[in-house]
Amino acid sequence: MIAALWVMIGIALFLGAVLGFSAIKFKVQGNPLVDKIDAVLPQTQCGQCGFPGCKPYATAIAAGEAEINQCPPGGEEGIHKLADLLGKEFVPFGEGAKPKAKSVAFIDESTCIGCTLCIQACPVDAILGAAKQMHTIIASECTGCELCIPPCPVDCITMLPIDEDITNWKWRYPVIAIQEAA
Amino acid sequence: MTEYLLIIVSTVFVNNIVMVKILGLCPFMGVSKKLEAAVGMGAATTFVLTLGSGASYLIEHYLLGPDLAYLTTLSFIVVIAGIVQFTEMVIQKTSPSLYQILGIYLPLITTNCAVLGIPLLNVQAKHDFMESLLFGFGGAMGFTLVMILFAGIRERLDGADVPGIFKGSAIAMITAGLMSLAFMGFSGLVK
Repeated sequence: MIAALWVMIGIALFLGAVLGFSAIKFKVQGNPLVDKIDAVLPQTQCGQCGFPGCKPYATAIAAGEAEINQCPPGGEEGIHKLADLLGKEFVPFGEGAKPKAKSVAFIDESTCIGCTLCIQACPVDAILGAAKQMHTIIASECTGCELCIPPCPVDCITMLPIDEDITNWKWRYPVIAIQEAA
Repeated sequence: MTEYLLIIVSTVFVNNIVMVKILGLCPFMGVSKKLEAAVGMGAATTFVLTLGSGASYLIEHYLLGPDLAYLTTLSFIVVIAGIVQFTEMVIQKTSPSLYQILGIYLPLITTNCAVLGIPLLNVQAKHDFMESLLFGFGGAMGFTLVMILFAGIRERLDGADVPGIFKGSAIAMITAGLMSLAFMGFSGLVK
């Protein structure tokens, strides 16, 4: 009887020591999943997902507070990547979160007063200019996030859709309709 | 050497822990929806089972002996729970996305009856240390093999035109039954 007690106490103490040691040794700093999700997001920091940037959105996804379909710049490809990473099913874009036709911002240079407000708003440094000088957009850098439009005091920025031509046309992603069995 | 090989073949195919002994069905049905998760689960279970078989052999022979044989089941459960905890920590550290995918099924390895069943079968069959380890490892390999096969079939089933009443778990159960029948066919493999 007493031997049985000693044996069980011995096992419990040994396991406790091993687990306690490995809890310190294998301690997880923060949530490494957040970094992995953050690496998949496009880092435009555009805020179209409703969070103040890509990292907060990644944190919300990791905590299960946000769906994976709220990132228009990432496109459907981004949702697929997130779904693969998290082992979830693919979710199509919800209403209002659909990616718009690809477009670039355009500054009407005759109305621009050179206030630099849009330069500070641009997350990808695609606006060139200085105080009291008119600004212009570096079209190849612009991600079309529209963040520069609200700060402009004279409303001189418009979004121009990019027409497809031979230099930027690419194959569409295949869409396969799933048919309901009759 | 031959006997060791025989143990592996017999545990993987002939006496497959899931398909023939019908143990460990919870993760078999639960984590087999995606191939990736099934592979992860198989790997985690392999780790736990091999370590568990070894550890429980040592406990059975050096700690308990014939006097305390009534403590076998109890002490095995404690040791397996400890090893699962350890595995969970390692996976959380090394592969957070696998940790997320396995979710609740990872701590549930503790209550996977295959993991307790194999050490108990080891005691019953009076295996020595090396045989116990191989029996555990082989059993886990068999588990992993079946998980992978079944997950592959279920992924195909997702796209298949299954009649309405058989959709979901029903067709999965039928598939598992058919697989079990197929594994019974291995019983003549080792004479």
